[in-house]
Amino acid sequence: MRLNEHPILNFQKRRGKKIKIYFEGQPLDAYEGETIAMALHAAGIRVLSYSGEKHRPRGLFCAIGKCSSCLVKVNGIPNVRSCITLVEDGMRIERQQGKEEIPKTVKPPQWKDAIKVEGDVVVIGGGPAGLMAAINAAKAGAKVVLIDENPMLGGQLVKQTHKFFGKREQFAGVRGVKIAEILIEQAEKNENIELYTETSAIGIFQENDRKLVVAIRKNKELVEFWGKAIVVATGAMEKMIPFENNDLPGIYGAGAIQTLMNTYGVKPADRVLIVGAGNVGLILAYQLLQAGVEVKAIIEAMPKVGGYFVHAAKVRRLGIPILTRHTILRAEGKEKVERAIVAQLDENWKPIPGTEKVFDVDVIALAVGLRPSIELLHQAGCQIAYIRELSGHVVRRDARMETTIKGIFVAGDAAGIEEATTAMLEGKIAGISAALYSGKSNISWLKEIEKTQKELTEFRSGPFGKHVLEGIKKVMVGEINE
Amino acid sequence: MSEIPEYLRKGYIEIEELKKIIELPSEERLRKKPVAIPECPQEIPCAPCREICPTDAVIMENVNDIPRVNYDKCIGCSLCVQICPGLAFFMVYYKGNKARVTMPHELLPIPSVGEEVVLLNRVGEEVGKGKVITVVPREKSKGDTPIITVEMPIELAWDVRAVKVVRE
Repeated sequence: MRLNEHPILNFQKRRGKKIKIYFEGQPLDAYEGETIAMALHAAGIRVLSYSGEKHRPRGLFCAIGKCSSCLVKVNGIPNVRSCITLVEDGMRIERQQGKEEIPKTVKPPQWKDAIKVEGDVVVIGGGPAGLMAAINAAKAGAKVVLIDENPMLGGQLVKQTHKFFGKREQFAGVRGVKIAEILIEQAEKNENIELYTETSAIGIFQENDRKLVVAIRKNKELVEFWGKAIVVATGAMEKMIPFENNDLPGIYGAGAIQTLMNTYGVKPADRVLIVGAGNVGLILAYQLLQAGVEVKAIIEAMPKVGGYFVHAAKVRRLGIPILTRHTILRAEGKEKVERAIVAQLDENWKPIPGTEKVFDVDVIALAVGLRPSIELLHQAGCQIAYIRELSGHVVRRDARMETTIKGIFVAGDAAGIEEATTAMLEGKIAGISAALYSGKSNISWLKEIEKTQKELTEFRSGPFGKHVLEGIKKVMVGEINE
Repeated sequence: MSEIPEYLRKGYIEIEELKKIIELPSEERLRKKPVAIPECPQEIPCAPCREICPTDAVIMENVNDIPRVNYDKCIGCSLCVQICPGLAFFMVYYKGNKARVTMPHELLPIPSVGEEVVLLNRVGEEVGKGKVITVVPREKSKGDTPIITVEMPIELAWDVRAVKVVRE
C-alpha cells in the first residue's frame, strides 16, 4: 500500500516513472527513485530472506544500509542491500536463502584501476553533521568531497516531519525534511563541494600526510577519495533488544518505519505497537498517525517517558496510550508479525505474571535507542571508549572534534548519540577544523568555531544536555569548552 | 534521583499540576482577548516562542528555561501557537458562556470554518462537540503548522486540547 494523502508531505510530486520489477518471477509495480525494499513492502512483501541455519524468515530492520537484515538476490547476485539499492526497470529479485554461493553465471565487473577523486577534506556521511561539515569546510576555503551510501543526501533529516527545537538560527521551528532541503541545496550549489551518493566507504588509510578513503560506488565501482583531512559523520545504528521471535519480519527499527512512510510514501503497517517512549518512539507515533496508521500503544520499561514531555502530550491527546514499566515478552505470527505480547515490570525489572496483554498488530516498532556507527573510525585506529551517556563505543576527541589521529575528525551521532541540532553544530565545528588542518583556511575561522562551541554549550545546559555532557567529559582529550 | 513528576509518568499534564508550575491567566484577562498558554513544563533546549513573540511576552532567560507568558503583554496573536515545535502552546478566550481554544492541528482533514468537530481531552477522550471559528492553513501559518480556533462550552476550556474531524 502506498500513501497518497499526507498533512505534511507530497508523495505524488516525488515519485518517479512507473516501472516493472520481478520478485520471485512475479511482476510488480515500482517507481524510479525508490529502493528495492520499499517497492517490495508496498507490494505487501515482508519476507526478504531465510536464515542459513534454521531457515527463519527475515525482513527489513534498519532500512538505511547498516544492518544487512534485508539482503536479497538481484539479477542473480546475492547479498544486495535491498534497502539502499534503487530499483531498475526489469530487475529480477529473489529471496536470499542463507549464505548464497558466489554466482558462477554472472560476469563480475571488469577489472579497472580505481577512479581517483582528490579534495582537501573528505566527508563521510551526508546527514545533518556531514552536510554542515562539508558546507562549512568549503566556506572556510577547502575543496570538499562528500560521500554517502544512501541514494539521497540528508541522512535521517529526510524523514523527520516534525519541527526542530533549539533556536531559530539553528533551524528551530523548521521541519527536518525542510532542513534537509536547505542543506542539500547549499551543498549542491557550492562549487567547492563534490557529492557522491550510493557510495559506501569501506576503509580509511594514510600515506604520509595524505589520507585515503576507499569506497564502492553503486555496488560495483571502486573509488579512491584522497584528502588531507577526513570528517567521519556516519551517524548511528538502531539497537535491538532480546525477546522471543525478535527476528520476525515486521519487527522494524523506528527509523525504518520512517523511511517507508516519510521518505518513500509506503504505508508501513495497519496497526503498530511501539517499544520505547524516548523521543524517537514518541515522534514515530505521531508520524504514524499523520500517515493514517493506527498506533495501539507505546510501551516503555522505565517508569517515565524518556523523551521530551511535549512529544508525549501530542500523542496522548490523540488517544495513544503510553504504558510505562512495560516490556515486550514475545512476537507471534507465521512468517510475519501478527501479535505482540507485553507485560508489566516489577521494581526489579521482572515481568509480573498475570499482567500480560496481547496487541493485534502487524508491525512492532523498536525505538530502544541508537548506537554510534564508529566502524570506520575503529578501523582507522582511533582510540575508542565505551561511554554509557553517549550510548555506546565512541572515539576520543577534542573540543574541535579531532580524534586521536591527526586530521581525522568526527561529528554527529557517530561522536555520541544526541540529536540533529547538536549534530549540525558539531558538523560545523568539524568541517571548519578540517579545513584549517588541510591548510586551506585561515585563523579568522577560529572565531566561528568558538561561536559554535558556545552555541553547543548553551544548547546542552539543560537536564537533557547535562547527561550528554557527562559522557563528553569522559572522552574529551584536552580542555573541554564550557 | 529527584522525584519523577507526574506528567512524565503519564505523558500528559493535569491542569492542577500545570498550575503548580506556571501561573494561569485570571478570568478577567481571559475575557479580555485571547491569551497564550504554554503547556511546556519541562526544561528542554527550545526558544522559538520567545523569538517570535512580537511583544516580548514570552519570558525565558536561557534556551533551556521553561516558557512563561506575561499575560498582560500578550496580545493573542497566536504566533507562538503556530511556531511551537512541541505543539505545546494554546490560546484560551472566554466569550459569554463559551470558550474559544486555539490549537495546532497537523492531521488530515483540516476542518473548515463553521464545521462541527469532536472535542478531545488530554488523553484523547471525546468530551463533547465544538464549532470551528477560524482556521489558519499551513501555507499562511508562520510556523508551517495549521492552527484552528474552536468554540466550546466554557467548562471544557481547560480540558480540550485536540479535535477529531468526523466526515461521512
